[in-house]
Amino acid sequence: MTFTTIAGAARALRSGSITSVGLAEQVLARTSMVEAQVHAYLTLDTDGLLEAAAGADEELAAGRDRGPLHGIPIAVKDNMTTREMETTAGSRILSGYIPPYDATAIRRLRDAGALITGKTNLDEFAMGSSTENSAFGPTRNPWNTDRVPGGSSGGSAAAVAAGMALGGLGSDTGGSIRQPASLCGVVGAKPTYGAVSRYGLIAFASSLDQIGPIAHRVEDAALLLDAISGHDPLDSTSYPGGIEPSGARLDGGLDGVRVGVARRLGGADAVEPDVESAFDRTLAAMEGAGAVTLEVDLPFTEQGLSAYYLIAPAECSANLARFDGVRYGLRVDGATTEQMMSRSRADGFGSEVTRRVLLGTFALSAGYHEAFYGQAQKVRTLIREDFARAYRECDVLVSPTSATTAFPLGDRTEDPLSMYVSDVFTIPSNLAGHPAISVPVGLDRHDLPIGFQVMAPALEEAVMFQVAAALESLAGFDTTVPFDPSYGLRGGVR
Amino acid sequence: MTWEAVIGLETHVELSTASKMFCGCPARFDAEPNTNICPVCLGLPGALPVPNREAINRIMQIGLALNCSVTRRPVFHRKNYFYADLPKNYQISQFDLPVCVGGYVEVGGDHPGRVRIERVHQEEDTGKSTHRGGDGRISAAEYSLLDFNRSGVPLVEIVTRPDIRSAAQARAYAQELRLLVEALGVSDARLEEGSIRFDANVSVRPGPEAPLGTKVEIKNMNSFRSLERAVSYEIERQTARLSSGQRIVMETRHWDEEAGVTRGGRIKEGSSDYRYFPDPDLVPMELDREWEEGMAALLPELPSVRRMRYEEMGIDAAQAANLVGAEAGLARLFEGAVEAGAGAAQAANWATGEVVASLRKAGIPSVGGSSLTGSSLAELLGMIRQGSLSGSAAREVLAGVIAGEGSPAEVAAGRDLLQISDTGLLESVVDELIAANPDEFARLKDGERKLVGFFVGQVMRNTRGKADPKLAGSLITERAGL
Repeated sequence: MTFTTIAGAARALRSGSITSVGLAEQVLARTSMVEAQVHAYLTLDTDGLLEAAAGADEELAAGRDRGPLHGIPIAVKDNMTTREMETTAGSRILSGYIPPYDATAIRRLRDAGALITGKTNLDEFAMGSSTENSAFGPTRNPWNTDRVPGGSSGGSAAAVAAGMALGGLGSDTGGSIRQPASLCGVVGAKPTYGAVSRYGLIAFASSLDQIGPIAHRVEDAALLLDAISGHDPLDSTSYPGGIEPSGARLDGGLDGVRVGVARRLGGADAVEPDVESAFDRTLAAMEGAGAVTLEVDLPFTEQGLSAYYLIAPAECSANLARFDGVRYGLRVDGATTEQMMSRSRADGFGSEVTRRVLLGTFALSAGYHEAFYGQAQKVRTLIREDFARAYRECDVLVSPTSATTAFPLGDRTEDPLSMYVSDVFTIPSNLAGHPAISVPVGLDRHDLPIGFQVMAPALEEAVMFQVAAALESLAGFDTTVPFDPSYGLRGGVR
Repeated sequence: MTWEAVIGLETHVELSTASKMFCGCPARFDAEPNTNICPVCLGLPGALPVPNREAINRIMQIGLALNCSVTRRPVFHRKNYFYADLPKNYQISQFDLPVCVGGYVEVGGDHPGRVRIERVHQEEDTGKSTHRGGDGRISAAEYSLLDFNRSGVPLVEIVTRPDIRSAAQARAYAQELRLLVEALGVSDARLEEGSIRFDANVSVRPGPEAPLGTKVEIKNMNSFRSLERAVSYEIERQTARLSSGQRIVMETRHWDEEAGVTRGGRIKEGSSDYRYFPDPDLVPMELDREWEEGMAALLPELPSVRRMRYEEMGIDAAQAANLVGAEAGLARLFEGAVEAGAGAAQAANWATGEVVASLRKAGIPSVGGSSLTGSSLAELLGMIRQGSLSGSAAREVLAGVIAGEGSPAEVAAGRDLLQISDTGLLESVVDELIAANPDEFARLKDGERKLVGFFVGQVMRNTRGKADPKLAGSLITERAGL
């Protein structure tokens, strides 16, 4: 029997029908079967995984039960620091870098008994929407290996979709969990800003970054989120109060839930017809289950993309300044310290990272600061007000997660702007700091997954997961299609 | 033409908090290189800053002592520049919303008056570079060593308005500020160790009504004296240039203590752009009224107030300034002596004079390190007043007390220094001398009064200095019938 859900595996572990070592062997077997084609991992810690699994089994046998993640193999994005395990952020500049400490989210995962399978691929420093910007080669979509898995958490999404882990952690700055989850046919959630500690998350844009879960089921995503969330004294921006557990209302259903339909969120146009019709079908099913829908307009979110591409580069230009060859990572020698720094950065950063650092440096420059960064912050405030207005009438907002399904590799790499618009539906939640989740609801004409996004007000994760769980069961989407040996991996590499 | 100097000072004060500004590492940088470091102060990927509440307490105390107002929601900004000992290549500092703004300090000196404080802001210190090989400068070095123990130590920057008009006033302001910081106990406040550092912005103009001239920033002054000398040199240099029709270049100049000149560094191409923006890793702090009042309640008596109190006790202004300006233990000694009954003026004289000299002679760095207390000083002064100790004997007793030989009475007895004030005893000494020197006594009787001194000297010699010279003198004149 193949286990795909965390909750199911957790039950089986306790009934004795599987061991943690058995689960680890299952994901390692899947990995050896498909990883050569998918390339989800940058580091696969086979020995560490098996060793930790044996330890988890012993603990459970001795009556020490750490909870639902005990003994469950989880893949984590390679921009979260892992003690004594290489952490590269997908960049040449950090190739070979071994952090001396675990990120808080990693530490909490370990404390909850989860097993770290390894570190997954990503767009360099999480900058991208296809995982093609990784310095270590792209990840491919397990549903069709000619296609991208989305990004930047494409490695975690593909690993989970292909059964190379039961769950994963990603990070989401403008959609980097939800868009790859959508393109890979799995569930992915970005929590409220501050719900999960960013300590140990290699920063891209500090005011937008959040760590979140990727899994086959909404319930599993809630389990993962509840294990890693909570106040962290090491992160000043972490939310100090208590939050209702994400999974508290999974059986709450849709009856009477007011659903705002944000069809044009972010000024989205050119939504693929298959995506649009899957979205409408899901909405109709939700209405059938008692949800009350109304169309809402968030006019200022149309400026979201522009604001995002000023704020995120501005913050990243400072966040990435520390990668200078002085203390760690790649060093390319030069005649002077300045030249050494400059050469290390030029060789260490890929073109998208360089582009964003330059954009951000320019946007913060004297004389342009107010026109660019200052203006973008004002737009951000207006977008928050947009959301606040909408939430006076609705409990949640919904939209497609991505205007398109998985696109072919190389399709958008030549035109950065075409890549940037991949995130129109997802960026507004980051700018507002609100939680949002993508749930797979159907396939397009090419048998590629389509995601449905549910957004909620800050700290209302429980309501968001309630709606997500309800529509998940309405959609009845089979996330395990890529597992079927007769299905194989489609695409040219097969 | 009379040129007027316009000077503003920027002062960096390193706080003596137990831990660093944004992490839990000890804020001590005298340890082995790179031992007080962690992912945060080393700028490792993924590390995040968390503000040190005690540092915020202390900067508020500094600001309140400088009569500033406290910003309710101050903001930390990132100041972006690349430097090898700046681990994140940005410094967490403050920009338009510093913790404190708009205060002043009253300064004495040759231009007594108010120096306005523009702002007091919080930031973090950098690491330390040591360049090896070549002449020790970065350009010629073979390699450089980096020590990050100092990285992240809390720094407070205090910026004045351009209110200072002379080098002496600049020094007076700097000394007053150091006293204040020391009184607050928020910093070691040691110039020579760099825990308080002064930079000066100097310009000159042709009179008080003229627009401000081009300013030059001078750095690298490690003592009050070098601050005064550097500012003075810079005023002269600028005045000479302007008087001969030359222009002043906006630049940063370094004070060369040995040569006694300021030297121009590399002239910056264009003005530096630090691309300040609010640090998204740090949420704005809420410094509410309650917090502020708590800090105001902690303020000790400030130096200016203490000086005034001493003057009211009957001490002259210079002596009061001496006491307040000296190490804190000396003022405590003075106050203790007065409390134990000593006269304020005498206690102040002794504290700032004999006590300081004796300590120095004994090689003891501070009053606190000796066994001298306020009450023992009062006891000593009482013995002088009662005539049981001569001035010179009292100095010797003081040395004994400082050396830990016991109370003044014990030392005086132990060293056999008590003055002979017993009339009967002295009378017999005087009579012996009169008998031994009949000629001199005859001349004295005839009115040669200067011979009183001769006899007193003889008395002192015969009593090994223990006789009360006043009493001896009156006995001799009485015998001579004068």
